[in-house]
Amino acid sequence: MLHLALFSIFGAICVAGAVNLLVQRHPINSALSLIAVMTSLAVEYLLLGAEFVAAVQVIIYAGAIMVLFVFVIMLLNAGEEERTTGSRVAILFGIPGVLLGGVLVAWTLIQRSGTDEVALGALPGSPTIIGWLLFHDFLLPFEVTSLLILIAIMGAVVLAGKPEAETQQTGKGH
Amino acid sequence: MVPISYYLVLSGILFGCGVVGFLIKRNIISIFMSIELMLNGVNLSFVAFAAQWHALSGQVFVFLVMVVAAAEAAVGLAIIIAVYRNRETLNVDQVNLLKL
Repeated sequence: MLHLALFSIFGAICVAGAVNLLVQRHPINSALSLIAVMTSLAVEYLLLGAEFVAAVQVIIYAGAIMVLFVFVIMLLNAGEEERTTGSRVAILFGIPGVLLGGVLVAWTLIQRSGTDEVALGALPGSPTIIGWLLFHDFLLPFEVTSLLILIAIMGAVVLAGKPEAETQQTGKGH
Repeated sequence: MVPISYYLVLSGILFGCGVVGFLIKRNIISIFMSIELMLNGVNLSFVAFAAQWHALSGQVFVFLVMVVAAAEAAVGLAIIIAVYRNRETLNVDQVNLLKL
């Protein structure tokens, strides 16, 4: 009962935040509602017992990534977006199509896998056991990921670096 | 006790909101945030299936997805800064030329 109540409350916050992200026109409002979605998703992870994932969700997603987003929004001084009117056919067929598809998928999921119920904190994923898995079973993916991060850092520096400095350097080289 | 399908439906709703935002948003930063929303929806289904099958590898996968999302955010935002520097706009409708 407690599980269902907590799931409903934070699920409602999730959906409300996601819808608010779509409705808001200013990117900073969208970013703040995305933070609400991410923190309430962390609670959903906790309900499933994934403690480590919940902590990492708050630290990396709601912390690091969203700070990066807000920083870029403020750096570029992003204003309100102008709405372009979509084609009439897209509105006429798109909205009923999305609703129909969503109801179909939800109905199938509830019909097919509705019998399996999870208890509160069904599968405890403590940092100890996740760390053990990361450094034993998933050692190669973990190391490859660190390489990916390194490449991403270098790529970000190259892409966002000042182009004038580059041209000056190449000019000196010639 | 909550059926696992509730979590899957919630993750589907989040993913659907992400897809709709990706299609209707015109600001390049909002489009990028919609992609993050889709990734979050997928992560929730990973954790839900991990709880259903009692396999912790699902949670390890979520961790790896988060790391990849962090790398993607860094590179993507750098690309957005580069686009803004060249075009002086964040509206994707006005970014329609490969070359200036």
